[in-house]
Amino acid sequence: MKRSTRLLTVTALLASALTVSASAAELHVLNWKGYGADEPWAIEAFEKATGHKVVNDFFNSEQEMLTKLRTNPGLYDVVMINAAFTGQAIDENLIQPIDTSKIPNAADISAEKAQSPMLNRDGKTFGVPWVWGLTALAINDKSFDTPPTSISVMWDEARKGRVIIRDDAVEAIQFGAIASGQNINDIKDMEAVKAKLTSLMPQIRTFWSSENDWNQMVASNQIDVGTYWSGSADRAKTQFKLPVSLVIPEEGAVAWLDAFSVPVGSDNVEGAEAFINYMIDPEFYVEWVTKVGAPVSANDKALAALPEDSFNRAVMGSPEVAKRIQFQAPITDEQRESYLAVWQELKVNVK
Amino acid sequence: MTSAQAARKGIRPALPLLAPAYLWLTVAIFLPLSAMAFFSFMTDLPMAGREWSLTLKNYAAFFSTSLYLTLLWSSLRLGLEVTAWCLVIGFPAAYVLAKVLKGRAREAIFLLVILPFWSNGLVRIFSWAMVLREGGILDTALNAVLPFTVSIDLMYSYPAVIIGLVHSYVPYMVLTCYLTLQAIDDSLIEAARSLGASRRQVLRRLILPLAMPGIVAGAVLIFVPVVGSFMEPRILGGRTGTFYGTVIEDQFVAVFNWPLGAALSFILLAVVLLILAASAPILRRAQQ
Repeated sequence: MKRSTRLLTVTALLASALTVSASAAELHVLNWKGYGADEPWAIEAFEKATGHKVVNDFFNSEQEMLTKLRTNPGLYDVVMINAAFTGQAIDENLIQPIDTSKIPNAADISAEKAQSPMLNRDGKTFGVPWVWGLTALAINDKSFDTPPTSISVMWDEARKGRVIIRDDAVEAIQFGAIASGQNINDIKDMEAVKAKLTSLMPQIRTFWSSENDWNQMVASNQIDVGTYWSGSADRAKTQFKLPVSLVIPEEGAVAWLDAFSVPVGSDNVEGAEAFINYMIDPEFYVEWVTKVGAPVSANDKALAALPEDSFNRAVMGSPEVAKRIQFQAPITDEQRESYLAVWQELKVNVK
Repeated sequence: MTSAQAARKGIRPALPLLAPAYLWLTVAIFLPLSAMAFFSFMTDLPMAGREWSLTLKNYAAFFSTSLYLTLLWSSLRLGLEVTAWCLVIGFPAAYVLAKVLKGRAREAIFLLVILPFWSNGLVRIFSWAMVLREGGILDTALNAVLPFTVSIDLMYSYPAVIIGLVHSYVPYMVLTCYLTLQAIDDSLIEAARSLGASRRQVLRRLILPLAMPGIVAGAVLIFVPVVGSFMEPRILGGRTGTFYGTVIEDQFVAVFNWPLGAALSFILLAVVLLILAASAPILRRAQQ
């Protein structure tokens, strides 16, 4: 027991020694790939303005992000966390409180998001809201004359073998909850969710895990419809010129809030604050939306800087959509494990 | 000089030669593996101040549902099928290399066999993805040649996983069989032929038994890693690509349940060792 603890300590020390030896002006950012923080033009502008050198690292799932934080203490300076997971990161002492007074743009974030109980604890702020968006459906425009309005398109016999969903237990179960007309944060009838997903399995071509997977499936015309993130669908259309459109089904969609946090042990907190400030800046946001495509900014001023008819302002901001969407709440470890068990069982029984 | 002295004398000069390898094995394999074995008995990882204690529940989890057994069975079946295909494809190739081709031609073919070893595994898999999908290279090529239209769409299916794995592992079979086949004296085959044995009899009574050590070595080298494979099933298998190896990977990467992942890995190790031990007498008899 002692030995393994010592081993872990030595590994941790080695890891931190390596980090210290790196230049102090380096800023290690952990985020999804292709999700704003690694845009070359943005990094160039930020580096020129502040002198901090940005080093990007990526994850493919929230669990992988938490794993990377746990196994590399002191390596990262900024991490992007889905607000539903921020609480877990606080509990595990992975992230530290942020002094929002050092982040000027934080004052423009809509109050309801900035003060979200998911990001604040004991009067301290652990996450600065960045963008929010939906896990809804996206379609391959080539396969539809008129875009579908109902989630039932995923079960349409005509789409058999041309449907894709993400290989993520929580996302799959919550999708099943919406399809069976339930509250995603309080699933009462798990059997109905299971039945829904079981009947979906034969429709599925494969599972996706990163944006790149999804876009390649459309580029090679292998799918008609699938679950997708609103910002990613926008990016597929704007940046990659793919025939992709977002559909917010009448049954509803899962909404999430992404926020920036500063990991415990960061040796460049000042750089982290500057980076977060830059990421929520209206100027960066407008450029991100027009050049690349992005989810909806949590910064009111940034959103107001978009053209009035833009998708993120007109559709995502409309009260009609607001009524349909359900914001993701934190999930306990027990829930996550039970979701994973259900999901694995579904995947195994497909054979 | 007694034999013991001779042995001591033999080992002492060899020590400097042995030390690096054993030191490396101890540091690189034994320590991490024993750490993993220890993790498999823990409730949680001792990180970020998490509480933990010793438990058997990770091993119990394997037996608590039929899920893992089903997966283990399908992975073992996958291992058997891939090994069988590697034998069917690899043995004739090895025979031709060892007994038919000579000189330059042999070198050239040998190079082609080894080539997959030199390319990155992920690159190989993604190349197969391009070939196998509908509208991919195989589909387009066949439709360009054939007078009627066929739709070849093997991507994201069980056959795709088999194809990808066989491609990755067939060189092992070719190499091990080649070594034993090459050692067979040609005059033995000539003698058998001149005594009236048919080609089939020569193959069955002479070549196959003599090549058996190579076949067995190749089969073991292929079977063991294929049972635990996760990259090929995940990328090529699509919705049918859930195997024992992918579930272990999920435990480590997706849900950060290292203890359960470690326990599942050691169960796999135990099952594979059991299978090898059980088949040892049969294989030994086959070699005689």
